[in-house]
Amino acid sequence: MDETEKADAPIGRSQSPVVAGGSAGQTEGGQSYPPPLGEDPATVSPFADLQAEARLQWEQLKRGPRPRIILGMGTCGIAAGANQIQEVVKESLAQQGVEAGIEAVGCIGVCYAEPLMDVVMPGEPRVCYGFVTARAAEWVVVSHLVGGRPVAELAMAVIDGESVEGIPRFEDLPVMRGQKRVALRHCGLIDPTSIHQYVANDGYSALHRALIEMTPEQVIDEIKQSGLRGRGGAGFPTGVKWEFCRNASGSPKYMICNGDEGDPGAFMDRSVLEGDPHTVLEGMTIAAYAIGAGEGYLYVRAEYPLAIQRLRTAIAEAERYGLLGDRIMGSDFSFHVKIKEGAGAFVCGEETALIASIEGKRGMPRQRPPFPAQSGLWGKPTTINNVETLATVPAVLLRGPDWYAGMGTGKSKGTKTFALAGKVKQPGLIEVPLGITLWEVVFDIGGGIADDKEFKAAQTGGPSGGCIPATALDLPMDFENLTRVGSIMGSGGLVVMDENTCMVDVARFFLSFTQNESCGKCTPCRLGTKQMLDTLVRITEGKGEPEDLDRLLQLGDAVRAGSLCALGGTAPNPVVSTLRYFRHEYEAHVVDKRCPAGVCTALLHFEIDPQKCTGCMLCARNCAAEAISGTKREPHSIDQQKCIKCGSCYEVCKFAAVLKS
Amino acid sequence: MGVQAAADPIDDLLARYSGQPGALIPLLQQVQGRYGYLKACHIEEIARFLKLSPSEVFGILTFYAQFRLTPPGRTHVRVCQGTACHVRGGKRILQELETVLNVRAGSTSEDFEYSLEKIACFGACSLAPVVVAGGSVYGRMTPQKVKKLFGRAESRASTVERLEAGELGGD
Repeated sequence: MDETEKADAPIGRSQSPVVAGGSAGQTEGGQSYPPPLGEDPATVSPFADLQAEARLQWEQLKRGPRPRIILGMGTCGIAAGANQIQEVVKESLAQQGVEAGIEAVGCIGVCYAEPLMDVVMPGEPRVCYGFVTARAAEWVVVSHLVGGRPVAELAMAVIDGESVEGIPRFEDLPVMRGQKRVALRHCGLIDPTSIHQYVANDGYSALHRALIEMTPEQVIDEIKQSGLRGRGGAGFPTGVKWEFCRNASGSPKYMICNGDEGDPGAFMDRSVLEGDPHTVLEGMTIAAYAIGAGEGYLYVRAEYPLAIQRLRTAIAEAERYGLLGDRIMGSDFSFHVKIKEGAGAFVCGEETALIASIEGKRGMPRQRPPFPAQSGLWGKPTTINNVETLATVPAVLLRGPDWYAGMGTGKSKGTKTFALAGKVKQPGLIEVPLGITLWEVVFDIGGGIADDKEFKAAQTGGPSGGCIPATALDLPMDFENLTRVGSIMGSGGLVVMDENTCMVDVARFFLSFTQNESCGKCTPCRLGTKQMLDTLVRITEGKGEPEDLDRLLQLGDAVRAGSLCALGGTAPNPVVSTLRYFRHEYEAHVVDKRCPAGVCTALLHFEIDPQKCTGCMLCARNCAAEAISGTKREPHSIDQQKCIKCGSCYEVCKFAAVLKS
Repeated sequence: MGVQAAADPIDDLLARYSGQPGALIPLLQQVQGRYGYLKACHIEEIARFLKLSPSEVFGILTFYAQFRLTPPGRTHVRVCQGTACHVRGGKRILQELETVLNVRAGSTSEDFEYSLEKIACFGACSLAPVVVAGGSVYGRMTPQKVKKLFGRAESRASTVERLEAGELGGD
C-alpha cells in the first residue's frame, strides 16, 4: 500500500479521486491522487523537482533498512514525559548496540495515552505504543527492535497497515472510529519540521493548483461551494469573507491567521501549529492569493512557544524552496509572512482587537462596520481566518468542494475539531463530521466518564459558550443546534463535567475569566461582569439570596445588549445556560446553603469518623492549617475554627475516615 | 538589583525595529525576554525611541497579561487555571504550590528563588491539571506530585529557618 494513501487513511477510505473542480485544463498527474511516483505532477518546475525529491526521500525513509522510532513530541506528549522516554530510548539503543532513527512528530490526538512511542521495523507497519513508561520503552526496544516482534501486550494500534499479532488498526480503535481527520490529517503522522515529508504527502499541491491553474475567483468559488465556515467561533462562511476582501478597494491588502487561541479548554490550534505548521502556511498563502494580499501575519499566543518555534522553521523552509516569498512557484504571486506573538489578552481573539494589537496598541475592539474586509490592519482591507479554517483549505482544494460539503449537516458542512477534556476517560483532540451527537463524542470517542461517574454536562465554546445537560446528549452537534440549546460551537473546546462538578462554581469560574479579560471599553461589560461575578462569589460562599438568580439574568441581558464585541455579548452565556438547566443547584446554594457537588469550599464541612480513623497521622502531617490533632493510633479530630477546607485530609486518608459534607 | 540602564543595554533590540510599524509590543517582549521584566528605564528608553510618552507605553503594557514590572524568581512557576484544569482540581494544585513554594500567586518569593503565576490555559488540557516550571511542562498533577517536584527545593529554602529553630536533627 502506498504511504500517501496510508497517511490519508483516517480521512476515510472512500477514495473519491480528487475532483479538483473538474474545470478544463486538469492535466497530467497534477491532480490524480496521489500522482504515481516518477511522473512529474506538473510541467517541469522547481516545485515538481521538490515533489519528486520529497517523495523519493519519504519512500527511502519508509523502505530503508533502518528501524524507526517515532515519538509524539507535541506539548501534550512532552507534558506526559516524552523527553524522558526519548532519553531512555537512546540509552537502550546504545546498550543494545542497535541503530535506529528517532523522529519526533506532533500530537496524533489520543492525548490520554501519552506518552506515545511508535516503532517501524523495515518493511513492517508502524506499531504505536501508548502509556509508555521508562520500563515499557526499554522493553519495547529489547523485544521489538532487537527481538523483531511487536509487544502485543503494550501496543495500542497499528497505524498504517493491517493488524498484526492481534493489535488493532489505528482507525479501528473506538476513539478513532467516528472520526474524520481533515484539518488534523497530518498531525502525528509526519515530522512537522520537515517540509519534504509534508510535500511528499501532497503538501503544497493545493497551493500549486491554485496558483498555476486557478484564478483567485475560482479559488473563492470552490471554498464557497464547500460550505466551509470559520472555525474560530462565529462560523462565518469563509469564501464569502474572502470575496468581501477581494472586492474591497484599497491596497495593499493583508492576510492574518488568528492563532490567539485564548479560549481555556481549546487546544486544536496549538496542536495543528505544532504538528503540521506547513498546512497552515499553505492555507494562508492560498487565502492571500484569493484576496490579493502580499503580506500576512501569523498571530500566535506567547503561551505556545513550541508552536511559534515550529512555525519559524516552517516559514524559513517554505521560503527556501520558493513556496513563500517572491514569485511563489514561479507565478506572479508574492506573499510574505511575519509572526506576531500575542502578549496575553483573551479579547485579542476578536478581529478588530487583534488588529489593534498588531498595530502596537491596546487590544480593544472597535465598532463594526467598517469590517476588516474594508478597513482592517493599518486601515487596509484585511482578512482574518482561524488556524483550523486555514488548515482545512488545502484539503478542500485537493479533494474538491463536493467532497467536503458531503460531510456535515444542512448549514454546517464538513468536519470540526473538538478539544475533548475534563472528566472524560479519553481526553484528546478529535475531529468529527458535524452533526455527530454529543453522546457519540463523549461515550464512543471519549470512552465515557472518568471513574464511571455520572455525566452531568458538557461545556462547549469556552467562556462564551454554555453547558449542555444530559437531556441533550442526543443532539446532533452543529452551529445551529448548539446555539439553540444556549451554547455555541466556539472554537471547539468541549469540557465534560460529572456529578462532582458544581455548575455554580463553573459559572463563577467563567465569569471570573471574562471579568478579568474584559478590556473595559464598554461599561455594561466592564461593570456588569463584575457585578455578576460578585453575585456568583456570594452564592458560592453561601451568602446568596433567592433574588440573586433573577438578578443574574437581568444583568446578563444588560451586558449582552450593551457590549460592542462578542466577549461581552457572550459573557453571560455560562451563567444563563447553567441557570436554565441547573437552577436547582443554584437554589441548593442560596436556600439550603449547600453545594450538592461538594466543590464550594465555604459550604463544605470536614469531619473525622472516629470509628474508621486508625490514628495513622497522615492527615495531620498533610494539613497545611495544622487543624488536625490527635495522638498516634488514636482517632484524630479537626478543629473547625482552623480548618481552611482545602480537602488535603480527605485526599490523603487511606481509610475513608474523613467525611466531606 | 538596582542596576543602571547603561549596564543593561537594549540598543541592539531597538535598532532591529527601527522604522517598523507596530514595533512596541515585540520590543517589550524582547526586552522582557532578555531581562525577565520591564524596568522603568527601559520603558522610558523604548518610549523615546518610538516617540511615545512613557505613560502611553505603560498604558499599553499593563493591558497585556504577559508583561511584568517586577523581577521574576529564579524559577518561574506557572500554574494553569483553565477550564479543564479547573474541573480537574487546578485550584488545589495552585493552593499546594502556594504552600510548598511559600509564595502567593502573582508574586515572587523574598529570596527571588520562586515566582508563581496563574495562567488561563496552556492548551495541554488533556493532561490537566498542568504546571509549567522553567522550560518543562508537567501534566496530570496531583498535590502529592507538587510536593515531590518542588518539595525538595522548599526544604532548601527553609533550611536556614529550621537550622535556627534547631529542628534539623531529626530530619
